[in-house]
Amino acid sequence: MNLWGGSTMGRKSVNFSIKEINTDLARFRDLNITIGAITREQWDEPMGPTPFPSLTTLRPWDQRLLKRYKPFYLPFCDLCCMCTYGKCDLTGSKKGACGISMSAQQSRTVLLSACIGAATHISHSRDLLTHLIAASGRDCPINVGGTGVEVEAPITRLVCGIKPITLGDLEPVLDYCENQVTQLLAVTHTGQEGNNLDFESKVFHAGMIDHVGMEVADIAQVSALGFPKADAEAPLVDLGLGTVDTKKPVILVIGHNVPPATEIIDYLKENDLFPEVEVTGICCTALDITRYSPKAKIVGPISWQLRYIRSGVPDVIVIDEQCIRTDTLFEAARINTPLIATSEKNCLGLPDLTHEPVESIISGFVTGTVPGALILDPEKVGEVAVRVAIAMAPQRKKHSALPTKHQLTEWAKKCTQCMLCRRACPNDLPVAQAIRLAASGNLSGLDELYDDCLGCGRCESACKQKIPVHSLIVTAADKKTREETFCLRSGRGAIQDTEIRKVGGPIVLGEIPGIVAFVGCANYPKGSREVAEMCMEFARRRYIVCTSGCSAMSAGMYRDEEGKTAYERYSGAFEAGGIVNVGSCVANAHIAGAAIKIASVFAKRPLRGNYEEIADYVYNRVGAVGVAWGAMSQKAAAIAAGFWRLGIPVVVGPHGTKYRRMLLGRADKEADWLVYDARTGEQVNGGPVPEHLFFAAETKEEAMVMIAKLTMRPNDTSKGRANKLANYIDLHKRLIGGIPPDVYRLVRTPADIPLTMKDEIQVHLAEHDWKEATIPDPTLLSRMVHSRKVA
Amino acid sequence: MPMNESWQTAEIPGPKKASLIMKPDIADAMIRRAKRPIMIVGHGIIEYDVEGRPLIDCLIDLSRKAKIPIVSSASTNKEFLAREFEPAAIMSAIDISYRLTDPEWKGLDGKESYDLAIFVGLPYSMEWTILSGLKHFAPGVKTMTFDCVYQPNASWSFPNSTIKDWAASLKGIVENLED
Repeated sequence: MNLWGGSTMGRKSVNFSIKEINTDLARFRDLNITIGAITREQWDEPMGPTPFPSLTTLRPWDQRLLKRYKPFYLPFCDLCCMCTYGKCDLTGSKKGACGISMSAQQSRTVLLSACIGAATHISHSRDLLTHLIAASGRDCPINVGGTGVEVEAPITRLVCGIKPITLGDLEPVLDYCENQVTQLLAVTHTGQEGNNLDFESKVFHAGMIDHVGMEVADIAQVSALGFPKADAEAPLVDLGLGTVDTKKPVILVIGHNVPPATEIIDYLKENDLFPEVEVTGICCTALDITRYSPKAKIVGPISWQLRYIRSGVPDVIVIDEQCIRTDTLFEAARINTPLIATSEKNCLGLPDLTHEPVESIISGFVTGTVPGALILDPEKVGEVAVRVAIAMAPQRKKHSALPTKHQLTEWAKKCTQCMLCRRACPNDLPVAQAIRLAASGNLSGLDELYDDCLGCGRCESACKQKIPVHSLIVTAADKKTREETFCLRSGRGAIQDTEIRKVGGPIVLGEIPGIVAFVGCANYPKGSREVAEMCMEFARRRYIVCTSGCSAMSAGMYRDEEGKTAYERYSGAFEAGGIVNVGSCVANAHIAGAAIKIASVFAKRPLRGNYEEIADYVYNRVGAVGVAWGAMSQKAAAIAAGFWRLGIPVVVGPHGTKYRRMLLGRADKEADWLVYDARTGEQVNGGPVPEHLFFAAETKEEAMVMIAKLTMRPNDTSKGRANKLANYIDLHKRLIGGIPPDVYRLVRTPADIPLTMKDEIQVHLAEHDWKEATIPDPTLLSRMVHSRKVA
Repeated sequence: MPMNESWQTAEIPGPKKASLIMKPDIADAMIRRAKRPIMIVGHGIIEYDVEGRPLIDCLIDLSRKAKIPIVSSASTNKEFLAREFEPAAIMSAIDISYRLTDPEWKGLDGKESYDLAIFVGLPYSMEWTILSGLKHFAPGVKTMTFDCVYQPNASWSFPNSTIKDWAASLKGIVENLED
């Protein structure tokens, strides 16, 4: 038993609402009474061993994973500066004043990052749930896919051991998450934890809690806001700067928490104004607003913020929370566009006008006396944003902060070639060389930079000549921006149980070579195009490809040789060759949820509060890989950690090494790869699969080969392993050159060898003194052995 | 520009910083002194020439003359194969670097640990973090970079250089090894 109890459903489950009552003692009007928790048992599955796990409940499972996948630390700084003892030099074997080692300090930093990420999702989830309950009531039923989705909340069921029925049932789930994140954050205090692997175990815990928080957020908004419900044919929506009708008043929404944006849509609809006004978005609010109304338009991922604002197109900017540039107010002022902040977490120093009359707020914005305001009432935001956009549009005339091409050249002539712009650029782009060309009137260099530019603006901050470098790049690429007319399949949310039943067998047997999920931010080494290319390559190879967040947008920002985007070319179904956009960041929960449902819905493993067994199943049998090619944020760190605990490897781009450590297996150490054969209880070599749990690839090519390798699992049948090997070897030959050097470690029996590659692989096997091995019924848990013959 | 500042301005590591390779002789001496050197070559090398020759050809010369095995990461292998040169291993930079932190690891040939790792051609920030990992967790391995920019986490690094100066130094290292 633990603090949270196994089946307690709701701390606020009894509600009385009395409109009016008169007694001898008193007269009550509009009385609401809430009485604490009751138990409402509606799930007959027996409770598993670990409902509401505490910080150490799943430590043994984490230790199993961490024994195999050890941290390779990549310190981003030699110092610790977190307390007044410091700064402490932790170089090599030195210890800090508190006694901490460099390895523990790195893991501690990773934990901090994961806590920030988890807290952000959970806080987002709490705000959203509170808003939705206020609007739709605690009894609003959870419905993420009608009869097609019986397991509506796989992560919540797995972790918490409860089956939520209504929005109100999600509140105690968030109570638990908030408690755990507080506990985890406390672990990072000076002198609290000293062992690096215990820090790592807690990183996994933070990740798991993060996934619960994400799931709550998305199933709540799907249920209450009418988003697509596990719909493989969710509508295609416009994507790209070029899709925006700049003749209309334009509203820009940025962030992740969608209620203010949905209120904008509601106001437009209620007042028949939708045809007159463009609603555009950046980042996950953009994804979610198109789930609410497919008429809204997505401009692009987070890296499009500066370029879109400076274009002068938005007539009002509405920000909510997360991944929003903190200088948005400054940038908005440059184009004479009012800014409305809508989250307590992101006030930007603005006056709180929440309780001011609408007319007064609008007047302040339109006359320019108020450049921005905090409005914490989403409904009021809806009205104000629309009316301000309509009033500002004729006044602003799309006032841009971008230079003309003539001005660009004049700016370029001021460049001293000091190279500070390039030295500030995260991608080391040849900025100075491009500006030198531009000074002579040749804009091709700057135009080329546009594709790889992250839009961070660090080049401008570094420039001693105050050259607006990023603006120069955007002006030079003017034609490209106008041609950004793509599309994206609106986020579908959950995966249907029926889809899981259909693909569960082929996935577990390896006949569908894997599930590859492209998730996360846009800190790409070489632009969005690489994500689109990877998605299409794996879909062509009949993997199931999932997308979410900024990566979902990037996947759509490229056309193939026939002029089709990934979402036009491939189906949105969770099937071989599908490209499945689940939605915004919080919808990542559906990807983890699909893996869990393969274990529970397809394989019928007990789900309820049964984390270890389900994770053991996923790890050994479900060939899923996460790819966060441009992972930037702390949220991305938490999302990755949630996948790690489930045994799902994650590949990041080269910037991902800045997360301070990898989790790597050693294929050359056979003893590391022992699994129990559940049929006999013997420990046997399951092979180095998946080889790594967290890996940073140097290039797209290296990533693709690694992704194909990481989909292998000990449980693969020979047919499945042959299929996976065929993809791995083919990609390696094409992108790296030659047969992969480790094929002999991945072939277990002659039947594993892909038929079309038989001759060359047999030569390779002979060169490596290969010996046949058995294919186990693999598990890392001795209690899962059928015959109880554990040595 | 300052010779011994991180090329990426903000990537400042801490007290322990790389010594500068101001003359080819310094690198040459370190290579000669090493019992078991290894070179990790990333995809960035294809962007550079050394006095009219592709950098990769220069590195192949170096490998042959100094008998330094090359580990090819990412798609660099294709460039080597195109020149009929077979690297000692195809391995990701992360994988080979992780192995270098293991004092028990006996190298690609199973004989002995490496004591000098030369890096060239990885993305700057990735090489920065990897070299940091080795600085802290591979005390038995000295590191050197052959890139034209300063990498503070290496044991020895070229300074931030013009391509011309860097190429001349690199050519000098290879020529010295002929002696």
